Amino acid sequence: MSDTRSEVASIVERIRPVAVEAAVTAVHFLGTEAAFVLGEEAVLIAGEAGERRVNAHQGAILCSAGDGARIVTGGDDGSIGVVDGAGEARTIAADAKKRWIDRVATARDGTVAWAAGKQAFVRTPKGAEKSLDLPSSAGGLAFAPKGFRLAVAHYNGVTLWFPNASAKAETLAWKGSHLDVSFSPDGRFLITAMQEPALHGWRLTDAKDMRMSGYAGKVQSISWSGTGGWLATSGAPQLILWPFQGKDGPMGKAPKMLAPADNRVSAVACHPQQDIVAVGYENGMMLLVRIDDGAEIIARHPGKAPISALTWSASGDRLAFGTEEAEAGIITL
Amino acid sequence: MTDKIPVTVLTGYLGAGKTTLLNRILSEPHGQKYAVIVNEFGEIGIDNDLIVNADEEVFEMNNGCICCTIRGDLIRIIEGLMRRKGKFDAIIIETTGLADPAPVAQTFLVDEDVGRRTKLDAVVTVADAKWLRDRLGDAPEAKNQIAFADVILINKTDLVEAGDLRETEARIRAINPYAKIHRTQRCAVPLPEVLGRNAFELSRILDLEPHFLETEDDHDHHHGHDGHDHHGHDHGHDHDHGHHGHDHGHHHGLQHFHDEDMQSLSLKTDKPLDPDKFFPWIQQLVAQEGQKILRCKGILSFKDDPDRFVMQGVHMILDGDHQRPWNADEPRLSRMIFIGRELPLDLIQSGFDGCVA
Repeated sequence: MSDTRSEVASIVERIRPVAVEAAVTAVHFLGTEAAFVLGEEAVLIAGEAGERRVNAHQGAILCSAGDGARIVTGGDDGSIGVVDGAGEARTIAADAKKRWIDRVATARDGTVAWAAGKQAFVRTPKGAEKSLDLPSSAGGLAFAPKGFRLAVAHYNGVTLWFPNASAKAETLAWKGSHLDVSFSPDGRFLITAMQEPALHGWRLTDAKDMRMSGYAGKVQSISWSGTGGWLATSGAPQLILWPFQGKDGPMGKAPKMLAPADNRVSAVACHPQQDIVAVGYENGMMLLVRIDDGAEIIARHPGKAPISALTWSASGDRLAFGTEEAEAGIITL
Repeated sequence: MTDKIPVTVLTGYLGAGKTTLLNRILSEPHGQKYAVIVNEFGEIGIDNDLIVNADEEVFEMNNGCICCTIRGDLIRIIEGLMRRKGKFDAIIIETTGLADPAPVAQTFLVDEDVGRRTKLDAVVTVADAKWLRDRLGDAPEAKNQIAFADVILINKTDLVEAGDLRETEARIRAINPYAKIHRTQRCAVPLPEVLGRNAFELSRILDLEPHFLETEDDHDHHHGHDGHDHHGHDHGHDHDHGHHGHDHGHHHGLQHFHDEDMQSLSLKTDKPLDPDKFFPWIQQLVAQEGQKILRCKGILSFKDDPDRFVMQGVHMILDGDHQRPWNADEPRLSRMIFIGRELPLDLIQSGFDGCVA
C-alpha cells in the first residue's frame, strides 16, 4: 500500500508548525500547552501565547515523563529536573556520583522515580528519598495506577518495588533485556518492550506470562487506549493493537492490525477518551486511525524524519508531534 | 549513510597501554572531536565533556543463539550520546582489559537503532611486547582480543630485545594473520593507522591476503604498507594457515608458531560458486559452529553473477552484499578467511569445496 493516501480524509492543513530547531525526543502537555523535550538542554513550550524555551539541563536530556501538570526530566548532567505548568524549571535532585539519569517516572501524588547506574530511586513530594539496588541497569520505570508501587524493568525481568513496605521487592522473571515497562490502566497487566522485536507481559494476579511477538523491529512506543481495552504499539509497518478486554488479555489471541504502510510505525498515541489512535511513521507521515473499523484520516504527509514524539492533550482536542530532525507541530481538532 | 558516526573499539589486556593510546588520540591536533566511552574514570588526562563511564553489561539475545551477546550498556550510552549529535565526530570505546570484543561488535550488527546511527570502524588491540606471550598462555581474553583485531599495536617495544619482538609478532600472526600490526613505543602511531579504518565496511573488503612475517630483521619497523589496504608486495607463498598441516618455519627462515587453540583458515577457489549451495552452507555453518568462529570475511565469485560479493561475520551474525562488478583483468577468485577457536578446519574446507557450481 502506498504512503501517499490521497483518497483519505485529511486534516494536514490544521498543523501549526513549531520551530523547535532541535531533535524532539518526547512531547508532553502542560494543560493546553505542548512541551517539546529536545535532545539537549531545553524544553520548548508552545501554546496560544507563543513559544518559549526553558533550560532544564546542561547537556543531553536522556528521559522525561509528564503527568499533565509538570514534566520531569533526567539528564547526562546527573540531575533530575521539573518543569511546571508556569514554565519554571528547577532541579529537584542530583545523583551523588553525577551518573547519567537513564529513566524517570511520575506518580499521581507527585512522587518522582528515576534510575541511575544499577539503582532506582523514589522521592515523595515531602522530599523523602529511598533507593533500590538492581541486578542491572534499568530499562524502564512505571508507577502502578494504584498504590505506591514502582515497576523497574531490567535484564531478565521486572522488579516490583513497594518503597514504603519492608518486604523484599518481588521479581517477575523472563530472560532477556527489558527496555520499557507499563501497567495497564486497570492495573491487571504489566507489559515490557524487549531488546528483541517483541513485547512480554504478565497477568499480575497469577504472574502468568504472555508473549507478543512478530514485530519487524524493537517496539519503542506503546499506548493504552482511553477505554483500556487495547494496547497500541509501534515496531511494525502497521498499527498493532493487542486486545486486553478479557481476563486473559491477549493470551491466545491475534492482534488487530490497521493502517498498513510502506514504512514502520515509530510512534503511537491513543486518544484519551475515544478509540482513536494517532500513528506516526518512520517517513514522518501521521494518521488518525479508528480502532473499530480502521478508518483513516491523514494528519501529516511524509516529512524528513521519523515521528519520534506524539501525544494528546488530556482533553483530547490537541495532538502534538515531533521528529528526529527538528520538525514539530500541534494539531487542534 | 555517510553521516553515521564511526566507532573505534580499543581493546588490550590490562597494562598494555590502551589509556596511553586514548590520551594520544585525544591530545593530538587533528581537528576531530571524540566522544569517549571508558571503563574507568580518572585515567584520562584530557579535558573532554564527552567522556562516559560504561559499566559493562553483557546481555544474551533471546533468539536461541547462546553466543549472540550484546552490550546493553553501550546501546543505552550510544542512544544518549546521539542526543548530542553534532557535538562530536566519532566515538571511541575503551573496553576493560578482560573484555571480550565480540559482544561489542555484535551490538553494532544486532541493534538496529545503534546500527542506524553509528558504524563500527575497527577493533584496535594494544598488546604488551614484553608480556603478551605470557598472557596468551594464561588469559583467554588476551587471545580473543588478538584474534578479533583489525589493527594491533605491539607496544613497549623498547622494553624487549629484537628477537623477543619477532617471536611475539610471530605468535600474533599465528592467531591472526590478517590484522595490520604496528610496533610502537608509548603507542606512538600515526592516528590514521588506527582511526577511520572502515574495517567493518563491506565495501572496504578488498583483499584477504594474510600479512606474513617479513624475513629481514626489523625492516618493517613502521610496517607501513602504503596505507591503502592493498599490498604491492607479494610474499610468494600461499599459506592456507592451519589447514595444510603445520609447515611453519620453512619459509626463508621465518619464525612461525602454531597456536594451540586459536586458528585461522584461508579458503580459495578459482571456480565460480553456486549461490544456492553457498548460502545454505554458510548459514548452517555459523548456526552450528558460530560459537567457535570469531570472525570471517569473504570475497566471492558466483556463477552467472558479474558482481563481486563481499561478506563478513562475527560468530553467528553474517552481513553481505554485492560490492562492484569484477574487472575484466581481475582473476575471479573466491576467498574466505575464518579466525576462531578450535575451528573444524576439515569440515569448513569440505563444505566450501562443495559450493563450487
